[in-house]
Amino acid sequence: MNLDVIISYIPLYIEAFFLTIRIGWLGILFALAIGLVVAFIMHFKIPFLSGIALVYIELFRNTPLLVQLFFIYFGLPKVGLSISAETCGFVGLGLLGGSYMAEVFRSGLESVPNSQTESALALGLSRKQLFLSVILPQAISQSVPGILANVIFLLKETSVFSAISLMDLMFTAKDLIGLYYDTKEALFLLVIFYIIMLLPVSVIGSFIEKKARFRTLGV
Amino acid sequence: MGFEVLLKGNNMIRLLTGLAVSLKISFISVAISIVLGVILGILMAFKNPVITVITRVYLEIVRIMPQMVLLFIVYFGTTKALGINLEAETAAVIVFSFWGTAEMADLVRGALLSIPVIQYESSISLGLNRFQTYRYVIVPQIIRRMIPLSINLITRMIKTTSLVMMIGIVEVLKVGQQIIEANRKASPTAAFGIFLVIFLLYFMACWPISMLSRYLEKKWEN
Amino acid sequence: MEEILKVNNVCKRYEDITVFENMNLTVKRGEVVVIVGPSGCGKSTFLRCLNALENIQDGEILLDGEKVDAASKNIGNIREKAGMVFQSYDLFPHLTVLQNLMLAPVKVKKRDKKEVEKEALTLLERVGLLTKKDSFPRQLSGGQKQRVAIVRALIMHPEILLLDEITAALDPEMVHEVLEVVLSLAKEGRTMIIVTHEMQFARAVADRMVFIDNGRIVEEGSPEEFFENPKSDRLKQFLQTFSY
Repeated sequence: MNLDVIISYIPLYIEAFFLTIRIGWLGILFALAIGLVVAFIMHFKIPFLSGIALVYIELFRNTPLLVQLFFIYFGLPKVGLSISAETCGFVGLGLLGGSYMAEVFRSGLESVPNSQTESALALGLSRKQLFLSVILPQAISQSVPGILANVIFLLKETSVFSAISLMDLMFTAKDLIGLYYDTKEALFLLVIFYIIMLLPVSVIGSFIEKKARFRTLGV
Repeated sequence: MGFEVLLKGNNMIRLLTGLAVSLKISFISVAISIVLGVILGILMAFKNPVITVITRVYLEIVRIMPQMVLLFIVYFGTTKALGINLEAETAAVIVFSFWGTAEMADLVRGALLSIPVIQYESSISLGLNRFQTYRYVIVPQIIRRMIPLSINLITRMIKTTSLVMMIGIVEVLKVGQQIIEANRKASPTAAFGIFLVIFLLYFMACWPISMLSRYLEKKWEN
Repeated sequence: MEEILKVNNVCKRYEDITVFENMNLTVKRGEVVVIVGPSGCGKSTFLRCLNALENIQDGEILLDGEKVDAASKNIGNIREKAGMVFQSYDLFPHLTVLQNLMLAPVKVKKRDKKEVEKEALTLLERVGLLTKKDSFPRQLSGGQKQRVAIVRALIMHPEILLLDEITAALDPEMVHEVLEVVLSLAKEGRTMIIVTHEMQFARAVADRMVFIDNGRIVEEGSPEEFFENPKSDRLKQFLQTFSY
């Protein structure tokens, strides 16, 4: 491997790294927002909307992100809905992630035992107080390991952004390989930058998961 | 809106053939993953320190490396570093099996360790020997835990095969692009129809499998 | 003495299964009523009807003169008057002991935080758990959790306490510490309805015993009469099962 080549590539990768992170985290925040709303709709069995929520979850969980992005980026403009590649990236990631986050939040809400509801009602708490002070905090802390697993999954999924010509890490690597044939160097940096992006999240994730498992033993 | 292109010539059949390529890669990879994953999972359950360290690193690589990066490494990297000219489909099967084996192994290990010790103890105190304990008590429980999750792996595999177009395999998305290109003049809006149809094709391939996995999981829940 | 709870001809049915019917019970202020009966006789369900955790199909329940009905607007206020303690403690696992105690007084009664905290600490001291105020429920033993649950009900200043088999999930050595607390509450004149399987405790704490079997009140009376001189065969049989 040629060190000079690696050094000369680094600035390009740093730029791509920040683009990937920016769109990735925007998409993840979007996914969390969608997930919470959809989970509420399904938890409270709001008529009509919960039907839509179910269709949404099934559609997006059972199709690949790449296909979703192609449809949004290349398909929708043909019926008059054009969006930029960046917007398409985070919207696509948000829609995909929302369907996964919704399932996490929903099972978090369901994991709070019914007896918690009863003892809160017996204390005279209103339905709203019950939900906000008793159910929601427990549901969210139950959801943390699932959320982190999905964050890792979604950050990995950003690698398909290159297909809609976003200049992310993957795109940069592919471009450099195509232009200069320094395959080893380009791939090496690709791996390094994905490790920088994902290893910390993964380590934190495993740590919290272990802690969460320990906690649930003694409630 | 671009649906008319599908009815032209054998376009729909070409799309389905493209989907078949993805499905073929997924099923081969799943089959390999299950076999290797079960073996590795059993090895991991023995808690040998050397195996533990190696598998930790292996699982962590799979956990954080996007499949696309792995595809690039295997497809472009091997050509360069090892001088082997790998078929794109072979590269895809290697990568997906590498990934699937890790997932399966982790599931098998988890399922093995999740069987409470009391199950072994009560089998033995009933007079069952070691083999009978595994044959009648432990393995059936593990299989019940494993099957829904392995079926779930198939759908994830199918979804991930959409990436193989990026290393030049002509699968459903690539065929879609070719059709759109060929009909650029005649049907300028073909991209909408074609990509919507591909979206639905993937859905129709994955959804029944997801439902089956969920049904079995519910049924065998104890 | 003034009547605090009146149950008139109450029936509870699920679809075609009748849990109990024609239940009548009057509880006076300061009275301790202990309900016993075989498992599945409907005694716990009956208790849960009293603060509308279960709805009833017929009859009416009056608590401090107000009708208990889950659909009524001020059901929150009515439930405040009936403090309930459950078999499975059901402390809120995401809150500390002190936060568990303060949640309802602050959120429901809108009381001053400082004042509630002071009261909470006094009550915790009384049940011997002052040092655990910042612990989380998972760090407590079963008996400690149950004592906190009792305080959580007490701090709402309920007119009546409903205790639903509060020692059934406890290890034997912890039963005592919880029953001690209940006994001291009885001595200070609290109104309570207690469902329990602890017969010795029942005898010590009760002003009146009620025996429910097959969805009806079979026998009731003073503890002496109830244990020494049971009239019905069903009660005799039931009490037999507790002696070896």
